[in-house]
Amino acid sequence: MSEYLWSELCIVACAEAWRGDGEILASGIGVIPRIAAALARLSFSPDLLITDGEALLRADPAPIGVPTASQNGHAPHAVIIEGWIPFSKMFDVLWAGRRHIMMGAAQLDRHGNQNISCIGDWHRPKAQLLGVRGAPGNSVNHPCSYWVPRHTTRVFPERVDMVSGVGTDRAAELPEATRRLHEVRRIVTNLAVLDTGGPAGTLRVVSLHPGVSFDTVQSCTGFPLAQAAPPAETAIPTPEQLRLIREVLDPSGLRHLEGLAP
Amino acid sequence: MDKRTSIDAAVAELRDGMTIGIGGWGPRRKPMELVRAICRSPLRDLTVVSYGGPDVGMLCSAGKVRHVVFGFVSLDRIPVDPHFRRARESGTITVTELDEGMLQWGLYAAALRLPFLPTRAGLGSDVERLNPELRRVASPYGDDEVIAMPPLKLDAALVHVNRADARGTGQVLGIDHYFDDLYCMAAERSYMTCEQIVPTEALLDEGCVHSLRINRMYVHSVVEAPRGAWFTSCAPDYAIDDAALDDYARAADPQHWDAWRDTNIGTATPVGQTR
Repeated sequence: MSEYLWSELCIVACAEAWRGDGEILASGIGVIPRIAAALARLSFSPDLLITDGEALLRADPAPIGVPTASQNGHAPHAVIIEGWIPFSKMFDVLWAGRRHIMMGAAQLDRHGNQNISCIGDWHRPKAQLLGVRGAPGNSVNHPCSYWVPRHTTRVFPERVDMVSGVGTDRAAELPEATRRLHEVRRIVTNLAVLDTGGPAGTLRVVSLHPGVSFDTVQSCTGFPLAQAAPPAETAIPTPEQLRLIREVLDPSGLRHLEGLAP
Repeated sequence: MDKRTSIDAAVAELRDGMTIGIGGWGPRRKPMELVRAICRSPLRDLTVVSYGGPDVGMLCSAGKVRHVVFGFVSLDRIPVDPHFRRARESGTITVTELDEGMLQWGLYAAALRLPFLPTRAGLGSDVERLNPELRRVASPYGDDEVIAMPPLKLDAALVHVNRADARGTGQVLGIDHYFDDLYCMAAERSYMTCEQIVPTEALLDEGCVHSLRINRMYVHSVVEAPRGAWFTSCAPDYAIDDAALDDYARAADPQHWDAWRDTNIGTATPVGQTR
């Protein structure tokens, strides 16, 4: 068995979200999901499309953290570009459903409603966060997954302060044509992998990271969790996946800065 | 036809209470020279529509803004513009918070003079709950219901591009043109700054026809403003000035604002005088 870091375990767990997705755009928001999307493409979902973080589609998922061709205005010669999606075309792609995104979440509730907008009363927030960005449209047009680096009762409260990405309960009340486009695929945290397969579309623990108990995950969650019977153990990175992460995708070690731990 | 003018003459055409759309995206290719001139002006009570970056934050801290229509206000490396954060948390502005795609759709509806454009974006989210003026509309062709995104009509659009000619054709040499053409189409009047004004016959010297993103029929004034997007980026001419962006972010602290403003924005200059 190879030695692996917790960040590397989480990257592999995130990458699994895109398994079987075929020829769609894989968007990972933040360091861990970005490495994970590229890892999915290099290991088991080779048809995925990946951007350079901006307008260019890269045919060769390469180290993150280096200036992108879009920022420089010139494509470095070592980079192979296979396409172009400027922001003005991005909403066409995602409203057509050709995408699966993994976003962050300041709050995520029992039905997978996500909040990235603000904390407190929206009219005068205690903390202004990102704003809803594209989360409302993403969540009713294509699959969404979420990455939570610190699994705590604050991130998983009974109710979120502003619904940005739509969860299963709200989707259930939407007209059928939109409801069938809604999917919360995976929620990966530093403790476990969850989905919305619990009773009435509630959060369910699918797998526990090595050494983590269900009770620990439950105690870090602000509402009752369902569990697959019995939850599996999250797969650990293979030697080849570790090589891709360490030598190809993140040689500068940006994953270490996340301070990930169980 | 010659649409060239000065920064201050362009800003002198704006009025209190106007709805102003600002091109670019986050900390990228923002018409900052125009934004700074607005901060120096006596203008007030503006409604700003933007894929926001330091344009929105700076106008908020300068006391020019009544209302912001936004999906985000970000400096990228700093996920939320601290000036905007402060304005929100202290309640000095009101906002319309939209999904990013809804904002595009609203500008497009305004550009095409339509009463609305249909979209699923926003359905079921709190964007619907917190924008009670948004209506759903039933499909006349089948069993479906979507949000009817109303037009975001602009009194003025402000954009910054790499090259332009004196007639107002705008050229974007960077890899992403963002929504600058749409802002100009949605506005009564469009004010375009550029790194360099070139003769029309030289427009294709540096970029192919695809780079001629903004047609002159949508542009009312053009101003040559070298480094006019600074400290945001204007690829490929220059990248984000990280040090200046950090300085700006620190100036969200009221203790630092006055000194930063005096150095970086200055005080009013007479109309028509070129800085």
